[in-house]
Amino acid sequence: MIRIDNLTKIFETPNGPVTAADHINMEVPEGEICVLLGPSGCGKTTTLKMINRIIPSTSGKIFINGEDTTGMNTVELRRNIGYVIQQIGLFPNMTIEENIAIVPKLLGWDANRYKARAKELLELVALDPSIFLKRYPRELSGGQQQRIGVARALAADPPVMLMDEPFGAIDPINREVIQDEFLKMQQELRKTIMFVSHDIDEAVKMADRIAIFRGGRLVQYDTPDDLLAHPVDDFVESFVGDDRALKRLRLVQVSQVMEPVTTVSPGDSLKVALERIEQQGYSHAILMVNERNQPIGYVSRSVAQTTNGLCGEHYFGLKADTRPEDDLRKVASLMFNHDTTWLPCTDEHGVLVGQVTQRGITHYLGATYHRDAPVSLAQTLQQISA
Amino acid sequence: MKKPAFTRFAYGLALVLMFALGSLAEQAGILEELFSYREDVVYLVGQHIELVLISGSLAILIGVPLGTVLSRPRFAKMAETAMQTLNIGTTIPTLAILALSMSLLGIGMLPAVFGLCIASLLPIVRNTYTGLLEVPDHLKEAASGIGMTPMQMLIRVELPNALFVIFAGIRTALAINVGTVPLAFLIGGGGLGELIFTGIDLDEPFMMLAGAIPTAILAILVDIAIAILAFMIVPKGVNPLRA
Repeated sequence: MIRIDNLTKIFETPNGPVTAADHINMEVPEGEICVLLGPSGCGKTTTLKMINRIIPSTSGKIFINGEDTTGMNTVELRRNIGYVIQQIGLFPNMTIEENIAIVPKLLGWDANRYKARAKELLELVALDPSIFLKRYPRELSGGQQQRIGVARALAADPPVMLMDEPFGAIDPINREVIQDEFLKMQQELRKTIMFVSHDIDEAVKMADRIAIFRGGRLVQYDTPDDLLAHPVDDFVESFVGDDRALKRLRLVQVSQVMEPVTTVSPGDSLKVALERIEQQGYSHAILMVNERNQPIGYVSRSVAQTTNGLCGEHYFGLKADTRPEDDLRKVASLMFNHDTTWLPCTDEHGVLVGQVTQRGITHYLGATYHRDAPVSLAQTLQQISA
Repeated sequence: MKKPAFTRFAYGLALVLMFALGSLAEQAGILEELFSYREDVVYLVGQHIELVLISGSLAILIGVPLGTVLSRPRFAKMAETAMQTLNIGTTIPTLAILALSMSLLGIGMLPAVFGLCIASLLPIVRNTYTGLLEVPDHLKEAASGIGMTPMQMLIRVELPNALFVIFAGIRTALAINVGTVPLAFLIGGGGLGELIFTGIDLDEPFMMLAGAIPTAILAILVDIAIAILAFMIVPKGVNPLRA
């Protein structure tokens, strides 16, 4: 856990004092990722770097796991905080193994132990130790280097990690991959992480909580979903973007909007299919499953209305399906790709567990916006009268 | 690696020329003349190397720590002035430095070593200083961020990354040093200068050559030795020669 209490930084410049961070108060719960977000010069990096004293604070306190760090020795403090920076900062004079093992070495581990640790960490960040241990940083790509950067920060198993735009210098395709790997790693490691970013999409993807900074002040500190649904002011609203509803798609899993579904089997007659379509109020079609309850196709309403026979003789193949753990962004994309308003949802054995519909998604997202409605209505009325 | 045909041709030509010159010299009795100074040459080469070794190691032992100290943040203000002074120092001809040190310390080996040391100090300090300052800030930030003390950072990160530049300074310094040693004779420091200058004064070209040729060979050997040292000592990851 990281708790920040009235943390303030005032830089003395030739043009007078500049307040880079103004009485910041926040708390990152154990095992969560908190992303500090904002335009450049907003104080997010200053706030981060005050925690490990790369930038000394002017006033305020920092608590790590409940302990006041004010009296701690700087070197001691830093060895208990993993630190990852945008420029990566691997030491070019050392092999990858030496780079990863540097903190354990400084802590006085014996050689066998830190070597084993370096190997273990390389595996954790998905790089083959037999290839990479003895290489030098310049022989690695940017993405590989930043994986090593993360491994180095994790070497002494610090409870807390600070990351300053760690994936900012990596090309977009690799960045996605590394973000995914990092999230997977974090699910196991449960570190308390503070993470600076200027990219709202990255923040929404990585964060358990997002802190929006502006002009040295913490403007809003919320979960990504709440932030997108209820920005506190115009600045935050414009910062998260006009497409904030779309950004929320990524935060919601199929399982949260999944609905029960009525199906037919190949042996049912088209008349039964039509009856069920009418009964359930399905607009276009009904799903058909086999005896193991696996979706195999759909029967369209128009065919059911105009044709006689069995469903198994007059069905269309499925275009796509989803899994309960998929996010809605993927689902929406699949729907657009295949020109459909619903998709069946199956488990890992291909067995039907429900369906997800465009109406369901809209309803879910709309429900959380609802508590905004009276306010915006009042604002609208004000605007009209003015 | 295969050498381009032209380079190989040039090497071959040089070899043939050298052989021809050698046999010509033998024919003319030049070699015999040169060899008559053998005993002097052996003794003076020893003295020459002694001067280089003593003054060179002193310059390294003083120059590297001095450059390191000047590169520390707390000396930042003083460092600029010091580097400017050193830069002006480099413009003083080495002969003048020797003359000045003679006027301070009299005649003999001591003023020679002192003068040579001062003359070769400058490139070492300058390269150590700039080499350390050029270590990228993000490396230093990473180093302090993971909890290195300033001393650990200097030894594990800054010096290894500046070492190639420092070695370049040492190489320049020793090249200056070896080339200046013959002048040490003028202030009674000994060395191969004795043969060169006496040869000039007595109008004995062979005596002069007996001093000049070993001086040239020594200069080349020292340069090669430093290059080999740099190749071996500078860590592989930051050594452009071992890319």
